Amino acid sequence: MDERSTGVLFALMATLPLLAACEDVAVAPHEAGAPSIARGKAATEELGCGACHRIPGIWPEGTTGPPLAGFAKRGLIAGKLPNRPGELAAYLLDPPATVPGTAMPKVPMTRQQAADIAAFLHHSDAR
Amino acid sequence: MPAETDLKAVLGGWPPAVLDPAGPYSEPVTLLSWALLVGGTVVLLIVLTALGIALWGAPALRARLGGDRAIWVGGVAFPVVVLSALLVWGLWLTGDLAAKAPRPGEMRVRVTGEMWWWRVAYLDEAGRPVMQDANELHVPVGSTVLLELDSADVIHSFWVPRLAGKMDMIPGRRNLLRIQADQPGTYGGQCAEYCGGPHALMGFAVVAHTPESFARWRAARLAPRPAPAASRGQALFMQSGCAACHTIAGTEARGLAGPDLTHVGSRRTLGAGILPNNRGTLAGWIADSQTIKPGNRMPNYKQFDAEELGALADYLATLK
Repeated sequence: MDERSTGVLFALMATLPLLAACEDVAVAPHEAGAPSIARGKAATEELGCGACHRIPGIWPEGTTGPPLAGFAKRGLIAGKLPNRPGELAAYLLDPPATVPGTAMPKVPMTRQQAADIAAFLHHSDAR
Repeated sequence: MPAETDLKAVLGGWPPAVLDPAGPYSEPVTLLSWALLVGGTVVLLIVLTALGIALWGAPALRARLGGDRAIWVGGVAFPVVVLSALLVWGLWLTGDLAAKAPRPGEMRVRVTGEMWWWRVAYLDEAGRPVMQDANELHVPVGSTVLLELDSADVIHSFWVPRLAGKMDMIPGRRNLLRIQADQPGTYGGQCAEYCGGPHALMGFAVVAHTPESFARWRAARLAPRPAPAASRGQALFMQSGCAACHTIAGTEARGLAGPDLTHVGSRRTLGAGILPNNRGTLAGWIADSQTIKPGNRMPNYKQFDAEELGALADYLATLK
């Protein structure tokens, strides 16, 4: 993407708050940078998230949990939490503690990994 | 921190595993490969040069190329000398790779190829199994380990490229392969003979420890251990039919069709080298192994609710 179209993109993103009053707004405009997204993709593979979830670019494509394509547009995390970067990272770190009764077990990961995976999930179909 | 899956380390990675030997039983293979590549390139260049001369060379050169002498030297003497030397050198170089019998005091492990995983039995001096595991082999660095390679069904091929060449696992026959790792670390492996459906997802790992660390690991594995404490996960495991195919030492589970799960929680990977091993992947595998590894012998277990699946995964993860 050249600088000009990046500029246009940023200008469009800057208008997002204006749209907030309207419907159908992506709930999670994640401001993470490309390195965080790349690390998040690597962590997603390393932890085997694909065993339960279908995620663009990740093998395998498990069906036990919900598919996570278009996750940025999802309204709620696990049907409970608002889909914002902070909430998503907290949920990933310890799902049963944040959403009691969720089927997703606590998978050992660092805070950094959780934040990176959240960034990746919020951008997983950007490319 | 789980490393990348073994399969990925074998098939991807740089330098390629086949060109990156890590022990005395793989170095000769890599050296021979390079010699063949370089030698083949030299011969190709000679042939192309001769072709160039034949097509476009000066008449005098072309006459020499077509003369008796060129035929005798280039067509007979050169191949006889080069190929004979290669044969002698190759046999000398790789003669030690063929294992014929255990050496005194040598560690022995029987690895049996199954559709589509590996049964691992550590043997005592007399060749009796003393410890069972699956899809993973622990060895001390700097010592040779003799592998007895069997197959339970079809032909598989045992291949850990950084430690040794390939060796077929043939039903009704026992092939021997010696390996040695010179550095601690994990070495990925992969079935190298097409064996049906999920053949490509039949990975393996050799974990090489320092001798002290290996002695501790072995002692811990061989020590008598209390039966796992009764838990909700264990009760579900026994009630749901898992025990018909899987063994967990110290419990009622004594099935032999699938991998031994006595130490499943300490394995690096799940599904034979294809997934990292944690509570999440355990739950996903139990509920939906057929999507992850289509055609594998374990059916999907979709009857569990979230709490039950979590309890099962927790239980298996604690089986260290």
